[in-house]
Amino acid sequence: MHPLLQENPDKKILVLGNEAIARGAIEAGVSFATTYPGTPSSEISENLFKISHQTDLYFEYSVNEKVALEVAAGAANSGLKTLCIMKHVGLNVAADPLMTLAYVGVSGSLVIITADDPFMFSSQNEQDNRFYGKLSGLPVIEPSSVQEAKDMLIYAFELSEKLKEPVIFRTTTRINHSSAFITLGGIKERKTKGNFKKDPLRYVTVPAVSRNLHLKLLKKIEEAEIISENCEYNFQKGKGELGIITSGVSFLYASDAVEELNIADKVKTLKIGFSNPLPQKKIQDFLKGCKKALIIEEGEPVLETYVKACAQQAGITIPINGKGKNLFNLHFELDPETVKEVISSYFGFDYAPKSKPDASNIPELPMRPPNLCSGCSHRATFYEMKKAAQSLDIDVIYPTDIGCYTLGFMPPLNMGDFLICMGSSVSSSCGFSKAIPGKKVVGYIGDSTFFHSGITGLINAVFNNHNFTLVILDNGTTAMTGHQPNPGVNMKELGLEQYQQVSIENIVKAVGVKHVAVIKPKKVKKSIEAIKEALSYKGVSVIIAQELCVLYAKALKMPKGRPFYVADKCKDHRDCINEVACPSFYIDETNKVKINADTCIGCALCAQICSENAILPVPKS
Amino acid sequence: MKTKRLIMVAVGGQGNLLASKILGEAALLSDVPVRMSEIHGMAQRGGVVESAIVLGAAQSPIISDGSADILLGFEPSETLRAINKCNSNTYVITNLAPLPPFTVTIGKGKYPDINLIQKLIKEKVKNLIAFDALDAAKQAGNPMALNIVLLGALSRADILPIPKKNYKTAIKSRVKENFIDINLKAFELGFNAI
Ligand code: SF4
Ligand code: SF4
Repeated sequence: MHPLLQENPDKKILVLGNEAIARGAIEAGVSFATTYPGTPSSEISENLFKISHQTDLYFEYSVNEKVALEVAAGAANSGLKTLCIMKHVGLNVAADPLMTLAYVGVSGSLVIITADDPFMFSSQNEQDNRFYGKLSGLPVIEPSSVQEAKDMLIYAFELSEKLKEPVIFRTTTRINHSSAFITLGGIKERKTKGNFKKDPLRYVTVPAVSRNLHLKLLKKIEEAEIISENCEYNFQKGKGELGIITSGVSFLYASDAVEELNIADKVKTLKIGFSNPLPQKKIQDFLKGCKKALIIEEGEPVLETYVKACAQQAGITIPINGKGKNLFNLHFELDPETVKEVISSYFGFDYAPKSKPDASNIPELPMRPPNLCSGCSHRATFYEMKKAAQSLDIDVIYPTDIGCYTLGFMPPLNMGDFLICMGSSVSSSCGFSKAIPGKKVVGYIGDSTFFHSGITGLINAVFNNHNFTLVILDNGTTAMTGHQPNPGVNMKELGLEQYQQVSIENIVKAVGVKHVAVIKPKKVKKSIEAIKEALSYKGVSVIIAQELCVLYAKALKMPKGRPFYVADKCKDHRDCINEVACPSFYIDETNKVKINADTCIGCALCAQICSENAILPVPKS
Repeated sequence: MKTKRLIMVAVGGQGNLLASKILGEAALLSDVPVRMSEIHGMAQRGGVVESAIVLGAAQSPIISDGSADILLGFEPSETLRAINKCNSNTYVITNLAPLPPFTVTIGKGKYPDINLIQKLIKEKVKNLIAFDALDAAKQAGNPMALNIVLLGALSRADILPIPKKNYKTAIKSRVKENFIDINLKAFELGFNAI
């Protein structure tokens, strides 16, 4: 049995924040869940995916976040308890259904998890998704700790059920990827069969209906405000004439600071867990007893702006600050010391920060950037593209996309010139190739990203008669986020029968691409030839590079190839190191190129490019 | 108890996530509250993994620069890189067997001299325990047990209010059945290495 399914109320278990959230979903009785994977949210869905194989929970990896939310909207309006999970930028993709689903509401319940990523540990931006609460009018719940992540998810479902509106559950990486002991609660029964009562005047959002629905939503917001005023997750702690208002993980930093500065009798804290709509009266009452207030939040001044407005309405004129010089930054994440320093300087307490070591005499340490795995087929495709372009003597712009292959932008491959979001490789290639006549443009996109949002760009390219080459790096899985399924994956290999595989090649041909070639990147010469043809084609050409991700192949227990070694014939021109740079290479004590037989997976890329034929398979012993 | 903050730095694949789980479990057995957080810069693809483990009353799951009481380093150059987490009172325990990054192995970067690494750490913090934990792991029967060797050394340093037996119980509950013996041996070797 999956450990998150255990019925042991009050038992303490050590879990990751994301596991706590998955457990919260189980305890709440969630029966329907959808997602598109994205760090830092991925482990929530990984656990629910596994659990769905052992229970009657319905779970799906949807094609993208918009689809995930629309699927969830159907389920939640069939009366089911529904969860929809995504990373913060995923909510941009799902923003269209979100805004009008807020008008329509739900007949069951729906919680939408947005996992924000301050500091961008694994994201392209650090947008603050609390704004989506204001933008859509939907309630926002923000946990501060791993335990709260579980408990407040259950609360979010109760809230959604009461208001008949979706609820946004906003986490940050420090909640998702923290671990702590949580106390388990009881598990509610799952209701898995829904039904839908037709009511076009509620569900079909033509203008005349939507006008009524907007009024209904505004009423709901008022209702939510009353709940927020009385919500147990908006609470005050400590006493004194100095006030802190905070939410999310910042609450923990603030609590530690107050404790460690020994000022709990002088500083009180208002902790906000229900952060849209904010509890106006609670905030005003809190401010009334204060001489000065500090707002502690990561990202944008969402709380701060609102608190200032609250104060203005109540005629409160005390200083209220949060973001600014000598205060908190708009960028990156907060940390306990920064919070302690700002609290002490803002309120005028003595605090001498710990002396940090003098780093001036530390030599520059070699960096350890992540690298494509040994034998990763993306490396082979990138190498082949480079050779093809060289032999045609063309200079190419390479828009790329989101996945492991983004790492190809680093030397020596240098295959990545432009990236803004999922799917942007295809459509931005359209733009570059039209804007710079005569320039060759090659876009790179992975299989999962192609399904997510590459297809529309490709249709656009065919329709508008663009001129570029798209390389679809099809490694049979969603590798970067941890090998989740996507529509191109052969699920039978995972022992799962209830899926159908979608062929990328058929899609590409069906949308009207005239020049399509499927290559096996391990075959270097043939691939270079095929790429050259595609590059020479006028119009939209597509290369599909098919080879299973090596980590995924390992997980599927596929046999690994015989490793290679560098024979004495090696003349040391080091093309292998300088152009391929597989991490299995190393230079030994005698300054010779060697291959680490433990990590080499025997892809034979290096052997095919060595002009001396000096790289050979290790003989069978 | 007074809050103790421990940073673990390792290279992807060195098993520090398991080590932090074992430490967490051992803390629970010892009635010590614990919170942890981890950041892995694409660890499976050779990046650095950093875990923060906060034991005691504090609630924050992360550790600011200058705030670590203990730095447990799985790789010497990474230990030195993480020195910004330390202050002069920090206890540093590090493996000395280098795992040079790829840039170095292909001759495009320079790995600092191992004695220099030790000297630099020593001049910045009060306590340094440095030994070849990889060698001890190999002696125990598996180089992968490096993480447990380091837990042994941490236990011996006696900075945390966690009795030795609780580490061992935690190892037994978290490690796969047929690796328990090797890991217990690795733990003892780490314990006796200093
Ligand atoms: S065969 Fe060559 S390129 Fe392929 S994994 Fe081994 S060393 Fe790397
Ligand atoms: S996980 Fe797979 S796709 Fe990603 S770098 Fe490794 S081999 Fe390549």
